[in-house]
Amino acid sequence: MGLLSRLKEKFSKKENKVDDKYVSGMAKSRENFSAKLDKLSSKYKKVNQDYFDNLEEILIEADVGVNLSFKIIESVLDEAKKQKLENPKDINELLIDTMFESYQDSGEVVQNDIRFVDNGPTVLLVVGVNGVGKTTSIAKLANRYKNQGKKVMLCAADTFRAAAVEQLTIWANRLGIEIVNGEPNADPASVCYEAARRAKQENVDLLIVDTAGRLQNKTNLMDELAKMRRVLSKEIEGAPHETFLIIDGTTGQNGVIQAKQFNEVCNITGIVITKMDGTSKGGIILAIRDQLGIPVRFIGLGEKIDDLEEFDLDQYLYGLCVAL
Amino acid sequence: MPFENLTDRFKSIFKKLRGQTRLTEGNMDEMMKEIRLALLDADVNYKVVKEFTNNVKEKALHQKVLETLDPSQMVVKIVHDELVDLLGSTDSELHINKNKPTIIMLVGLQGTGKTTTAGKLSYYFKNKMNKKVLLAACDTYRPAAIEQLVTVAKQVGVDVLNMGDKVSPVEIAKKAKEKAYNDHYDFLILDTAGRLQIDDDLMNELNEMKDAVKPEEILLLVDAMAGQDAVNVAMAFNERLSLTGIIMSKLDGDARGGAALSIKYMSGVPIKFMGLGEKFTDLDVFHPDRMADRILGMGDVMTLVEKAEDNVSEKEMRKTTNKIMAGKFDLNDMVDQLKQVKRMGSFSGLLSMIPGMPKITKEQIATAEQSAKNVEVIVSSMTPEEREHPEILKYSRKLRISKGCGKSVAEINKVLKQYDQMKEQMDQLGKMTKNGKMPSGMGGLSGLGGLRR
Repeated sequence: MGLLSRLKEKFSKKENKVDDKYVSGMAKSRENFSAKLDKLSSKYKKVNQDYFDNLEEILIEADVGVNLSFKIIESVLDEAKKQKLENPKDINELLIDTMFESYQDSGEVVQNDIRFVDNGPTVLLVVGVNGVGKTTSIAKLANRYKNQGKKVMLCAADTFRAAAVEQLTIWANRLGIEIVNGEPNADPASVCYEAARRAKQENVDLLIVDTAGRLQNKTNLMDELAKMRRVLSKEIEGAPHETFLIIDGTTGQNGVIQAKQFNEVCNITGIVITKMDGTSKGGIILAIRDQLGIPVRFIGLGEKIDDLEEFDLDQYLYGLCVAL
Repeated sequence: MPFENLTDRFKSIFKKLRGQTRLTEGNMDEMMKEIRLALLDADVNYKVVKEFTNNVKEKALHQKVLETLDPSQMVVKIVHDELVDLLGSTDSELHINKNKPTIIMLVGLQGTGKTTTAGKLSYYFKNKMNKKVLLAACDTYRPAAIEQLVTVAKQVGVDVLNMGDKVSPVEIAKKAKEKAYNDHYDFLILDTAGRLQIDDDLMNELNEMKDAVKPEEILLLVDAMAGQDAVNVAMAFNERLSLTGIIMSKLDGDARGGAALSIKYMSGVPIKFMGLGEKFTDLDVFHPDRMADRILGMGDVMTLVEKAEDNVSEKEMRKTTNKIMAGKFDLNDMVDQLKQVKRMGSFSGLLSMIPGMPKITKEQIATAEQSAKNVEVIVSSMTPEEREHPEILKYSRKLRISKGCGKSVAEINKVLKQYDQMKEQMDQLGKMTKNGKMPSGMGGLSGLGGLRR
């Protein structure tokens, strides 16, 4: 049985309620991806080279990336030959199986939730390029863990962008949690130091550090991140325990470079992919996983404070393909 | 630097063509395949890539007339022309009112850089055009968005209308227009909240705003790192609002920039500006032909010259020239020159504009920038006498300077050696110019002069 049939069966059972947020948040991606596949398969009785060219186009248009798209199509071709499949519907199922096998095979399965340390504060460092939604994602994460009964503290280390500190402060006030602020243009590492000290003092469970957006090719700014990590680790053993890279769901193949270069400087433990409700693409998830093996841990599906979900491959798939 | 990745790919593709005497269906197909991959890999829209490669191939095969030319050169020319076509064949200027305020609405998805760009545009109007600018904070949704614009306005030194987040954005826009007219502003820039093109309510709000203030320009911010969806976003915004232009942001971070290559072609909306950094000065007018030059690794001398003109005054130039002519080039001049270069932008940005520049690594650039910094730091720890007569610098003086600036004596020696080399060149330059000869650095040209005689 194909993956898709299995998912449909899984989510048709009562005990496995499908998360509506995935279904509604991924409406655009679904429209683009599965509707296209559907339309394509209705045009062909039997598949031929043309059909595969069209499949390739759909993948590339979903930002899966050229190399991975070729790889997937090639493997679908091989498998189709082996199983002597010619029906377009079967091929489409095979394609989806292959895509997500590729995701699963490219890295280990990890726990999405933040891994808390046994003693002292767990530190989460949040990094990314400009405008991907770092601050908003932090608010969503803080909300999630506060609701789980954790004592959360925020550290506003984006001292560069105008009003970034104010933005995080507003969120901290709304959520009723503590925040450590830096003065405009203060050394972000000094804010980290202060926050780490306070987090220890006040027995915080989770300290989330917001950083200024930086493009991955700015060496001096990347060095600054390294310094922040050093300062955190000096104050709290093993900190930062988690480093999340925030990636905008509409990002193209540049996302792979972002992941690669941020990973070199700060050992990314997970990716949060944002704005998925607005994009019809998001194939960049697959491309990054394929090339770097970094897992997506959370996914942003809307503008509300609770519009952040753990990344679940089955749910994601179902949300993407439920129309098929 | 923008399009770096694409530039490298094109260079290697054309290299393979060199030495081929003619274009055949065979070697064209091979090349088209590679161009296609390069473009797709750069996030250029799939449909655009298809047409682009078809056009290039067709044109190349039909140009048998030009067989005398080196085929690789011809293909470069065809690709160049097609790129210009994609990027928009003419420069697109802003529509600016003469006797009343020009109203500009900035719209776009979340996080594309609207507020930062509002600051850059105000800086541009205020400092390059000498105009009076009013900003209006119409993003009442995102926490601290208004504070961000207020801070930006303060940094740039322009006025801002802040009515808080309890008033509707349409109301704010109306009030801003009134104020702009009453107080005789030249430009009014409306900073709106980021929104998804599929969010009907928020898109309607933009329509209401547009109807209420009738802006001259509605500019869409597009993140240069956006993938295949960028085109759909632009088309959706254009359908609702009839955009007048696009501003590409974050082009400094993107080594690919496929969105920039697809968007004009697919949506018909011209790109007017591009953002190339985080400073307020990092906004450039978009020139399609110059961009095509850069993508193909041909450099962009025009922009380089303009940057030099903008940042180095004639007075400074004359002062330096006079000193060189008189053989009086000293450490002060060296620092001045480095400062002038620095004012024009980052080293890597400048280097990307020089044609035929070999590839320089990030490390090399960082070293160059560091050594330029060292010069400044070290020289500023010297006495005026030492700066004018570096030859008096003996070990004891160097030791004192070293303590003053925190650099080692070896580093000081390095700077002095650099200075000696520069001085030697400058002296030579001065002498030759005086004698009416071409400087030796332009050996090729002076050789030609000899031929004529």
